[in-house]
Amino acid sequence: MDLFNNLALGFGVAFTLQNLMYAFIGCFLGTVIGVLPGIGPLATIAMLLPATYALPPVAALIMLAGIYYGAQYGGSTTAILVNLPGESSSVVTVIDGYQMARNGRAGPALAAAGLGSFFAGCVGTLILAAFAAPLTELAFQFGPTEYFSLMILGLVGAVVLASGSLLKAIAMIILGLLLGMVGTDVNSGVPRFGFDIPELSDGIGFIVIAMGVFGYGEIISNLGKHESEREVFTANVTGLMPTKEDFKNMVPAILRGTALGSLLGILPGGGAVMAAFAAYTLEKKTPLKPGEVPFGKGNIRGVAAPESANNAGAQTSFIPLLTLGIPPNAVMALMVGAMTIHNIQPGPQVMSNNPELFWGLIASMWIGNLMLIVLNLPLIGIWIKMLSVPYRWLFPSIVLFCAIGVYSTNNSTFDIWLVGLFGFIGYLFIKLGAEPAPLLLGFVLGPMMEEYLRRAMLIFRGDWTVFVTRPISAGLLLAATLLLVVVLLPSVKSKREEAFVED
Amino acid sequence: MNIKSQKDFFSGLMFMCVGVAFAWGASSYTVGTGARMGPGYFPLVLGILLALLGGVITFKALVVETEDGDKIGAFAWKPLVFIILANLVFGAMIGGLPSIHLPPMGLVAGIYALTFIACLAGDEFKFKEAVVLATILTILSYLAFIKLLNLQFPVWPAFVGV
Repeated sequence: MDLFNNLALGFGVAFTLQNLMYAFIGCFLGTVIGVLPGIGPLATIAMLLPATYALPPVAALIMLAGIYYGAQYGGSTTAILVNLPGESSSVVTVIDGYQMARNGRAGPALAAAGLGSFFAGCVGTLILAAFAAPLTELAFQFGPTEYFSLMILGLVGAVVLASGSLLKAIAMIILGLLLGMVGTDVNSGVPRFGFDIPELSDGIGFIVIAMGVFGYGEIISNLGKHESEREVFTANVTGLMPTKEDFKNMVPAILRGTALGSLLGILPGGGAVMAAFAAYTLEKKTPLKPGEVPFGKGNIRGVAAPESANNAGAQTSFIPLLTLGIPPNAVMALMVGAMTIHNIQPGPQVMSNNPELFWGLIASMWIGNLMLIVLNLPLIGIWIKMLSVPYRWLFPSIVLFCAIGVYSTNNSTFDIWLVGLFGFIGYLFIKLGAEPAPLLLGFVLGPMMEEYLRRAMLIFRGDWTVFVTRPISAGLLLAATLLLVVVLLPSVKSKREEAFVED
Repeated sequence: MNIKSQKDFFSGLMFMCVGVAFAWGASSYTVGTGARMGPGYFPLVLGILLALLGGVITFKALVVETEDGDKIGAFAWKPLVFIILANLVFGAMIGGLPSIHLPPMGLVAGIYALTFIACLAGDEFKFKEAVVLATILTILSYLAFIKLLNLQFPVWPAFVGV
């Protein structure tokens, strides 16, 4: 079997002492930062990215993947213990997780989240390994027309997932695409929107935007809130193990969550948030057993299912990135940036040109998941201590790490001036209720989209109908249209608003 | 006419202004035709789209009722100013500012400056705490970024010359 040969190659790469260590460091650092309230995986990865610059590409990607899972897991810990979603994908975990913690069952809630995530991670990794090869084959049949349509689908997906107004989310995407236009035009060599500043001829660094908008913007907005709004609840966590009864309820929920999460993660624009929300809705629809705690009052299924789903989704959302080179969400957009820094062009050629890197990364994902459970359940005491560190010590440290990270990307002080500007803009976005995640995705996709559009139009001599006459492209655009129509249906629309009400 | 949603009204205005600015900027580059797009084509189209969307958002903000008027609320000027300032001063410390004859002061000075200014953004400022925090952060950063990761930073002021 090819699959097993490939996985064996991957494990051979991942199981070197050095790479195991980087996977461990990644998971550990990711959890440390991810546990802090208000810092999601996006900000965590952006902050820790510079730490991987000095590493060889394989090790760097392994570490980044570890950081991602760690941050994701840290986010659910915060959700359960503090009633604050550390990131958008644990919004629904808050509902039942925090209630469990208040009833003194924080331990089983954390264990359910951990075990569910681990199982989902294993399944997600297998799916990723199985689908990677055939999808890569498909990717080679993609021309510029298909890529352009795929990106449209991805961006529409991102809009659907944004909280709040659809129109504003679309506007934020376009704003992101426009920001991506800054810099030298590859086709003509004309510097665009550069105001004659030499540093802008390479475009705006995506780290600058990510740190400014997600790092500084969030900190300023957090500090602007009253102290009581960011109060930290530190429960005594006693007894980690779920009871037999808990296991009986958990297992089917984990299975359902995993299945749903894996499916939704593959879709462009999908990924962890949508998966978690859908899984929670599904659990609520499944009838309660007699004597079971109702949802919203601390039902363990309400923790296990969304946590499995978001981890499965996080795993399978690597599929579009690794096979097609298209980031399906903002976190993966950061991964594109990270790969580019290490001179790897994400796309179908990665698998054939760099099989060690490709399969090593996949194997290390599984190892990362294993480490998380080994690391997190025993270390839970430390994470709880981290939660009780006063915010007035935390935020200067975060500002510092952001500043160091930004500077070390290019060793340029210009980036530091720019990140100050984007910090202000990010705070403005928060104030105006415009969600910034679609902007980042648009920013990364902008130059690619323009390139593919121009190439497609050059090949087909300005005939815009090719997008609907070529079958794959037409199918992708149809899917995008359907997605938009579904979201605009009144019944789905109200559900969607309900789901994001926590934001 | 009443503004029904303050947030949407002003974000709509923002999108309109930015869209127009980008479209106007794009029109100064070669736009070209559909078959042969110039550097101005794609940004021009996007700029116009953004301006139109901004218009629709602003219009909706004037027409569609909201429960509480979607107020923007007060700006948190204190954290905004101090956080951004801390960041800018850090940059000046690392790179120096030739315009005011400030030589590069290095990482250590930068961290102390950043920590102090950032601490001012919080609810209460305690001098002792800031000193302790800055010292811890300096030691940690030196070990992690300079020793372990080998990032290229000037650690001490340029004129010390170590």
